[in-house]
Amino acid sequence: MNTALSWIKAYVPELGCTDQEYCDAMTLSGTKVEGYERLDKNLEKIVVGQIEKIEKHPDADKLIVCQVNVGTEALQIVTGAPNVKEGDKVPVVLDGGKVAGGHDGGPLPEDGIAIKAGKLRGVPSYGMMCSIEELGTTREMYPEAPENGIYIFNEDVQVGSDAVDALGLRDTVFEYEITSNRVDCYSVLGIAREAAATFRKPFRMPEVTVKENGEKVEDYISVEVQDGDLCPRYTARVCTNIKIAPSPKWMQRRLAASGIRPINNLVDITNYVMEEYGQPMHAYDLDQIAGHKIIVRRAKDGDEFQTLDGQMRKLDSEVLMICDAEKEIGIAGIMGGENSKITDDVTTVLFEAATFNGTNIRKSAKRIGLRTDASGKFEKGLDPRNAEAAINRACQLIQELGCGEVVGGMADACQPMKEPVRIKFEPEKINDLLGTDISKEEMLSIFEMIELKYEEETQMLEIPSFRQDLLGAADIAEEVARFYGYDKIPVSLPTGEATTGKLSFKLRVEQKARDIAEYCGFSQGMCYSFESPKVFDKLLIPQEDVLRRAIAIANPLGEDFSIMRTISLNGMLTSLSTNYNRRNKEVRLYELGNIYIPEELPLTKLPDERMQFTLGMYGEGDFYTMKGVVEEFFDAIGMKKKAAYQPEAGKPFLHPGRQADIVYEGKKVGYLGEVHPEVCDNYGIGTKVYVAVLDMPEVIPFATFDRKYEGIAKYPAVSRDISMVVPKNILAGQIEAIIAQRGGKILESYWLFDIYEGEQIKEGFKSMAYSITFRAKDRTLEENDITAVMKKILNGLEGLGIELRQ
Amino acid sequence: MKEKLAQIKAEALKQIEASGQLDKLNEIRVNYLGKKGQLTAVLKGMKDVAPEDRPKVGQMVNETREEIEKMLEASRKKMERALREAKMKAEVIDVTLPAKKNHVGHRHPNTIALEEVERIFVGMGYEVVEGPEIEKDYYNFEALNIPDGHPAKDEQDTFYITGDILLRTQTSSTQVHEMEKGKLPIRMIAPGRVFRSDEVDATHSPSFHQIEGLVIDRKITFADLKGTLAEFARELFGDKTKVKFRPHHFPFTEPSAEMDVSCFKCGGSGCRFCKGSGWIEILGCGMVHPHVLEMSGINPEEYTGFAFGVGLERIALLKYEIDDMRLLYENDIRFLRQF
Repeated sequence: MNTALSWIKAYVPELGCTDQEYCDAMTLSGTKVEGYERLDKNLEKIVVGQIEKIEKHPDADKLIVCQVNVGTEALQIVTGAPNVKEGDKVPVVLDGGKVAGGHDGGPLPEDGIAIKAGKLRGVPSYGMMCSIEELGTTREMYPEAPENGIYIFNEDVQVGSDAVDALGLRDTVFEYEITSNRVDCYSVLGIAREAAATFRKPFRMPEVTVKENGEKVEDYISVEVQDGDLCPRYTARVCTNIKIAPSPKWMQRRLAASGIRPINNLVDITNYVMEEYGQPMHAYDLDQIAGHKIIVRRAKDGDEFQTLDGQMRKLDSEVLMICDAEKEIGIAGIMGGENSKITDDVTTVLFEAATFNGTNIRKSAKRIGLRTDASGKFEKGLDPRNAEAAINRACQLIQELGCGEVVGGMADACQPMKEPVRIKFEPEKINDLLGTDISKEEMLSIFEMIELKYEEETQMLEIPSFRQDLLGAADIAEEVARFYGYDKIPVSLPTGEATTGKLSFKLRVEQKARDIAEYCGFSQGMCYSFESPKVFDKLLIPQEDVLRRAIAIANPLGEDFSIMRTISLNGMLTSLSTNYNRRNKEVRLYELGNIYIPEELPLTKLPDERMQFTLGMYGEGDFYTMKGVVEEFFDAIGMKKKAAYQPEAGKPFLHPGRQADIVYEGKKVGYLGEVHPEVCDNYGIGTKVYVAVLDMPEVIPFATFDRKYEGIAKYPAVSRDISMVVPKNILAGQIEAIIAQRGGKILESYWLFDIYEGEQIKEGFKSMAYSITFRAKDRTLEENDITAVMKKILNGLEGLGIELRQ
Repeated sequence: MKEKLAQIKAEALKQIEASGQLDKLNEIRVNYLGKKGQLTAVLKGMKDVAPEDRPKVGQMVNETREEIEKMLEASRKKMERALREAKMKAEVIDVTLPAKKNHVGHRHPNTIALEEVERIFVGMGYEVVEGPEIEKDYYNFEALNIPDGHPAKDEQDTFYITGDILLRTQTSSTQVHEMEKGKLPIRMIAPGRVFRSDEVDATHSPSFHQIEGLVIDRKITFADLKGTLAEFARELFGDKTKVKFRPHHFPFTEPSAEMDVSCFKCGGSGCRFCKGSGWIEILGCGMVHPHVLEMSGINPEEYTGFAFGVGLERIALLKYEIDDMRLLYENDIRFLRQF
């Protein structure tokens, strides 16, 4: 909300502070000032001048030479403006002064434009007469200003006086951010009340007295509210003999400063009251209202209605309508109808000031797709008492501005008003909550400023109806705190029972995952949780695959963000693809993020959110590099047993011959492999990509940070190397399983130190060589210990069709 | 005899000094101390010495032997050192050649910022907990004093799955889960991913992270809230950081505040970074609304508490001067390597 400070001062006349002081103090008391702008920025040495004489420029057809009385002297000023005549009073910037902008109305330069005496086509000119654009504003806000010409004062202004002041530009406009609970502050009066309390100065409401013409409103209109649940109050007043004309300058200026374009007296008055009281008003042409009757009721499903912007709107039975005896004439709280629009021929006006159910207005505006200034206010739920104050204020202005006559009385359809809220005042509890020691008297003085009434006998505070946000003791504490000053509240640390600071076990394991991934050269990426259903095709996931059973977002930002991911690979491959396309070499990324697995669709209970530790890389390294990272991680989280790798894991997005499930103690905990070349194509990656995905909920039960020292071997180790010719289809894992199983207690380790296929090895076989190390904890091993174990191992290997090489 | 020994010694020393080579030294050793060496010869001549003088002569011989040995050893060390030095001189390398690095990976700036925050609060006795990202309406809204029809519910641009299940818009939902556990006092922070239907641009993302904080105990005050968060700000942004609390409104806290920190770029004098104000808005906070406590089964007459919520990306962007939020989700390695 934007408001000129002068408007606030109209109700807090004793307010005296700099713009910055005002900004800071208001922000600290809870009315946040987003920023402020001086309207006279870069307007320097500008006075009212009167043109005494105009002559043609001797050397230029389009220029004229004016003698301008600026009060102290007469200046010669050359101008190209076509619209001035002798006797006109105009704003004149003197030599050495400044204007805000150019005459073209383009963006204003930060430091304005300096004006100096000079010569125009050889004729000296000692200043400049200004257009409204040069004064930093627009014809929209100053409708009386001419197009392409000098601004001419049409009111009585004194020659030589400050022209900036005469234009109402000696002012500052403040922009406020009002919190949603303070609907009363979406108004000049609301902010003025806060300002008064903040600076502890008196607040003066406008005095509203309406001079009526002796007629009775009942003779003009009757109001019937059929759906009182949606319309707590509907007030209406009638003004006759309407004479449409421009509104007075002071009103135009205040509206302009608020960013509202002045139109005519009638429109300006409704806008003015909406700004001042925060109560949206609507004006109908009474002659267009059939039966001189207003009926407030719900629309019917399927109704259509043309709003005054000319658009047809679809209605339903939850939309509240303002109707006359025959037809709908407006969507309540949102926009009036084309059929009752005010024209310049209007003679009798019906003013409406109503309050509606905020939630209903908000939902209706959303369904209809039409959010207006008015609906934005109504949806916050307005104070029914304020409606009456506002409509009377509007009628007062009609009468005072000579816009028309006010018919006596007000048509009022009002549901029983809520009893005022009463809250017990317990000063010690407030101090306990705030950690302060504020006296009861000081608290009471704050309440007085913000118009909370206190009754000593009952110790109750009565809350005024415009403060709909004050409902309980905590709210009262906040009122005390913000006017006492948040900055004055002391600073302490919580005392009481000590607690242990810690990370959950899951988070500790994830921290380890990050450490290990990074040690291994992987950098952390972050990917979105939602993606497009098309990713399943990109990943070659079959139509009937369970992965396709993804949770869909009902109102997504678009198809690309429409389902919750059931697999983490798309994010990883997309990130690798981004890097690949940007020609980044050697990329290793990891991600820790959830996938979302529904138990059933549509969702009836919360899905299983499974943390995935996803690694992906291209460039140097291969399948076994990735496998190494997995095992480093297992090692780091205390998973000391040997993980098994089962090929043919059935992952359609991985190379069929280069993929494996990672199995730990019989449980599948993840998978790894080379990405299927077709998938790489789908992601536009022209090189081999390796990925590993660990399903953390399966990994974490095996993790431990307990460590136990097992001693350093005292007795010597004995190694035996075996060299084998192995059928090609036998996996290292099978050989190692036999070594591990048959090596018994004395087996310490084994290591594949050579693998070879090709010449010298017969077709269908490969050569493999292992070094096996034995050691006993309690003695030096004897030759026959080794021989016995080796024999067992070799027997086992022979069973696989393996031949020992001599 | 005495003279003879002195002569042998002097000669040996002379030769040692002149030797210059290791094998020469050995020759000298053999020549004087060896089985057929000159000193040995002297010892062999002992039989000609009067028995009463023998111990004395023996001692003299031994002393001479020791001195020669000492000289030999010293000379050997010197020569070896010289040799080694010569060798090292030939081994000079270009230390400015490139390093052989392990190419350690880099942590995401969000995580770095998060770990900073976690470190600070864990140090103050807070537990780090998590809550579900896909959440029931009740936990995201109703239990936080945002009933159906509340404007705050619409303002948050929520992604819905069903009428009742949504993507959480705030980590505040974790507060409720924590309170419902019924274990008091509570000191927790809950980092996590949240979702709002904002189009992707330089300052918005439909998915971002928050860190929620909650303290509930007997006699927790607004002063405690101020003290705790001021401490947090100093830890995170530096000792000289000042904080400012401004009244604000959140449905689930009362009184509520927003906290600004003095601009850590200009120190508060005003710069482009803080848009000239000297302050940067950093978090929302407040005393837990009594109704929120009540709904989660905590007696507000007995317990009070405070809560706060920080945008993780906001901290990361500010602290590391990242000018476009989209960079955080692109995972360009050239970006990540800078952290």
